[in-house]
Amino acid sequence: MKLTEKEIEIVELLEKNARLPIDTMAKMVSLSVSEVEDIIKKLEEAKVIVQYATIVDWRKVDGHEGVTAMIDVKVTPKRGVGFDEVAERIYRFPEVKSVYLMSGAYDLSVVIEGRSMSEIAHFVSEKLSTLDSVISTTTHFILKKYKHDGTVFEQGDQDRRIVVAP
Amino acid sequence: MQKTKTYISDTVSRLKPSGIRRFFDLAASMEGVISLGVGEPDFITPWSVREACILSLEQGYTSYTANAGLWELRKEISDYVARRFHVLYDPADEIIVTVGASQALDVSLRAIVNPSDEVIVVEPSFVSYAPLVSLAGGVPIPIQTSGKHQFKLQPEQIEQVVTPKTKALIICSPNNPTGAVLNAKELMQIAHIVEKHDLLVISDEIYAELCYDEQYTSFPAIDRMRERTILINGFSKGFAMTGWRLGFIAAPRDFATAMLKIHQYTMMCAPTMAQYAAIEALQNGAADVEQMKKSYRQRRNFFVQSLNEIGLSCHMPGGAFYAFPSIQSTGMTSEQFAERLLLEEKVAVVPGHVFGGSGEGYIRCSYASSLEQLQEAIRRMKRFLERL
Repeated sequence: MKLTEKEIEIVELLEKNARLPIDTMAKMVSLSVSEVEDIIKKLEEAKVIVQYATIVDWRKVDGHEGVTAMIDVKVTPKRGVGFDEVAERIYRFPEVKSVYLMSGAYDLSVVIEGRSMSEIAHFVSEKLSTLDSVISTTTHFILKKYKHDGTVFEQGDQDRRIVVAP
Repeated sequence: MQKTKTYISDTVSRLKPSGIRRFFDLAASMEGVISLGVGEPDFITPWSVREACILSLEQGYTSYTANAGLWELRKEISDYVARRFHVLYDPADEIIVTVGASQALDVSLRAIVNPSDEVIVVEPSFVSYAPLVSLAGGVPIPIQTSGKHQFKLQPEQIEQVVTPKTKALIICSPNNPTGAVLNAKELMQIAHIVEKHDLLVISDEIYAELCYDEQYTSFPAIDRMRERTILINGFSKGFAMTGWRLGFIAAPRDFATAMLKIHQYTMMCAPTMAQYAAIEALQNGAADVEQMKKSYRQRRNFFVQSLNEIGLSCHMPGGAFYAFPSIQSTGMTSEQFAERLLLEEKVAVVPGHVFGGSGEGYIRCSYASSLEQLQEAIRRMKRFLERL
């Protein structure tokens, strides 16, 4: 799908801040509010905009700290469906946050979020490793998130400039 | 010891302190101020540029460079000016790396001005131009542009002030504080008058990378103007490198040779680590500049439209990151308006009169601030205006 420059600008603005008010966005890209609304609707329908997400630093919420793991999975592809079938079986689990087909030493990269390490261990040993096509798994626990999807978690964003300058 | 003489020079005694200073002191003493008074990007220098500086320190590049700057940097500057602005300068003897565009201006004026030579300054202008002309021993001659022409210099205005003593004209496009951009056609008309009266031009193009609506034209790129132009540019605004203090001059050989004499006796050379950073900025910084420019343009569109909506009439500035709205409808002077806005709503703007007489009735608002800050500033300004 070919987008116009204004459409790309709107997607970029929403990607940075999905809560940007439409009237503000309209002023920023020099379009009317209804034009912007129409563009967003069109992009949503075409699934260019797939979802509006919120990045949360759960470590700050008591009782919600959670654990994230990245799992390297080696699989045997099947004739006719390649890796798609096993990928689909994996991504249907609700605790699976993302699944990527990779080049290199392993085939699928799976990101899992759970309440504890034992919950993730249970998922890997009981659900993932037991799938027919799965040859092996290597689990890496994420110890700390510094940056996620382009957002830096802890950042002093105070303005260092003097208040008035030439 | 009893002092019996006046020790401070007459020239310096006569200089007025910058009008911005008073506002800085006032605003700095207050908490919770939203500042639209800053003349610099709100972006931090791109990481790859900072990283190049760190690497240069790790490698121990901490000694002087050539007076005119690192050869490699001068070559990059020469390529950059040719690529972006279509003017050729020899890196060997037509480019000087300076301590910011400010020093470049100082060196340029001192190299060309004889006592009592007149230099035309187009107002509203950057606060340093007229004082630097005076410090060089010259006489600044103001031309006042007006909101009626979006603060663009009208060529016939030059004819009105030119005298046999007129040596040069300083132009700044995009302009600080008005954001006005002179396009190719307008520059050609100015060039015609410049040639007719045999003037030099100091073209301050520090905001050239921040030009939003049309193709930027560099003054020396106009026919026959290279030979009578001193081009000033730098890394502060486009590359978000204000604190690095790194600018450059590109000028015909005889001018550059003269300026280099002053530069070598006063500055020796620009900071070495900043020069290494600048090489990285020119080699790999274009995408960062483009991103920053896009963000400024969006904020400009938002801010200027919002100013007009709350009743502060404002032309759409073509470049830089300043809006220059009129406050004449309030009946206040720009100083009164800025002071009351700061004290009552904690929004810092700069009164237009500090940029010269024709800036009276206007305020300079920098939109190089986060969108959230700009939205809040507009809310506060609206509340302020409704109370008047």
